[in-house]
Amino acid sequence: MNILVLIKQVPDTEAKINVAGGKVSEAGIKWIISPYDEIALEEAIRIKEKSGGTVTAICVGDDSVQQSIRTAYAMGADNGIHIKHDSYQMLDAFGIAEAIAKAIEGQDYQVILAGRQGSDSDNGQVPLILATLKDWGVVSFAKKVEIAGDKAIVTAEAEGGEAVYESSLPVVITANAGLNEPRYPSLKGIMASKKKPIESKNLNDLGVTPNARVEVLGFEPPPPRPPGRIIDGADAAAKAKELARSLREEIKVI
Amino acid sequence: MAKILAVGEVANGVPKKATREITSVGKALGGVDTIVFGTNTASGAAEVAKHGADTVYTAEIADYNGEAYARAVAKLVKEKGYDTVLIPHSWTGRDVSARVATLLDSAVISDAVELSMDGDKIKIRKPVYSGKAFVNLKSKCAIQVVTVRPNSQPIKENAGAGKVETVAVDTTTSKAKQVSFTAQKSNRVSLTEADIVVSGGRGIKGPENFPLIEGLADILGAGVGATRAVVDAGWCDHTLQVGQTGQTVSPTLYIAVGISGAIQHMAGMGSSKYIVAINKDADAPIFKVSTYGIVDDLFAVVPPLQEELKGLLGK
Repeated sequence: MNILVLIKQVPDTEAKINVAGGKVSEAGIKWIISPYDEIALEEAIRIKEKSGGTVTAICVGDDSVQQSIRTAYAMGADNGIHIKHDSYQMLDAFGIAEAIAKAIEGQDYQVILAGRQGSDSDNGQVPLILATLKDWGVVSFAKKVEIAGDKAIVTAEAEGGEAVYESSLPVVITANAGLNEPRYPSLKGIMASKKKPIESKNLNDLGVTPNARVEVLGFEPPPPRPPGRIIDGADAAAKAKELARSLREEIKVI
Repeated sequence: MAKILAVGEVANGVPKKATREITSVGKALGGVDTIVFGTNTASGAAEVAKHGADTVYTAEIADYNGEAYARAVAKLVKEKGYDTVLIPHSWTGRDVSARVATLLDSAVISDAVELSMDGDKIKIRKPVYSGKAFVNLKSKCAIQVVTVRPNSQPIKENAGAGKVETVAVDTTTSKAKQVSFTAQKSNRVSLTEADIVVSGGRGIKGPENFPLIEGLADILGAGVGATRAVVDAGWCDHTLQVGQTGQTVSPTLYIAVGISGAIQHMAGMGSSKYIVAINKDADAPIFKVSTYGIVDDLFAVVPPLQEELKGLLGK
């Protein structure tokens, strides 16, 4: 079973995001594999460990994303594909999906795993676009994955509860939190990851023009929240009373 | 002027809250028709029309099927010449929207918290980078597909003509199919639909104290949430997690009890209208975003707060 994992390199959640002149400054940002994609990668490696096959990690971005592919190697991925694209276009989901679709033409993957959304732009579109372009089945928000013969049985978060889906292969599955706890790379894995080759493909050679579909009008810092009030009182009960009164009389929400 | 189709769901004759919202949004942008998927859709159509739908397309289907929903929407858009599709950014909407856009050779602009018309295009605003920045976007495609964050837009009563047409949904070619569904056990309002959310953090100290959070929520008719630390410790079910690897909520009132306010948590509740924080650590970052803060021991604050609220609400 050959498994493809879509990984996105994003700013560390703790990173400070500086917005100036409608743009986000990338200076000083520490980059990581998007947390949901890490869960997808872990699931792929577990499937491989159970049933054999290979895990290939694919990532779109500038040369710096090779570090995320190496992290994937260190965790247990066998192959890495880097689709080179020099500017970090966080919002071009269609372009990314199209590039991935082109880059894997002629390759045989039965299971395609990805995080349910990138932790930067929170769009969650690339896996669905890829599946639709390829006419593959897709199950979103997986909490449990089982591959049985030529079928995937996936338990997933759904509106108002939990659903079990059955899909033919190839299938695209997006990982929800709770699917697994990603492993830390071993020291041996980290050492070995440094020597492994990464296949690099140029976005232009794949015939893809990104970012043509959505116009980015500009970034802004979040608006400051109106100043709040720390509620004073003689004791906890007095504070509780004043809070209840404020909720009812000042902002009228109860 | 944009020709808008909203996408919604009706469960056993009752429109989902997000369906009322998305129809209201379409109406506010200039006029809307709404397609509703689900069960007993015909009897829910009049309710949807109340929020502005001139035509309600009823698509009867028992089990959710993302591929079939997307095909039905794309077909309708092409047949009737819609140039704008509005979809709630719900579990269902997130699974369907990108497929609809791809079938229409378009792109999705997702998770809008503000929308306005700019010519015949919708301009949207959404939080990115865990709420640390906002981005303004506009579609360049002939057909624009926009998802809207649940609870971020008001529900309005502004009746449309309410003509009803049925639409067929075909699942025969779908590659993934639902084989079973387990409804969530709780009778409480779902987190993403709740007007008020009460969440507990590490400050509650243990699972034996989680009922304190639930009790407060039940007095207010609120949804119950938790931080990742609480979920990881197994003190409550992980479906209650609010934050980066959990759910994103946008209630009118968010009450954070024993929550310090890590960026991962703020990413999931930062767009709440009012925030209340109860925490004994005066330096907790949550106080920076709070409308009201109480710096005190939550175990001393929550019980009298419950009594006060019961008194005010006559419970």
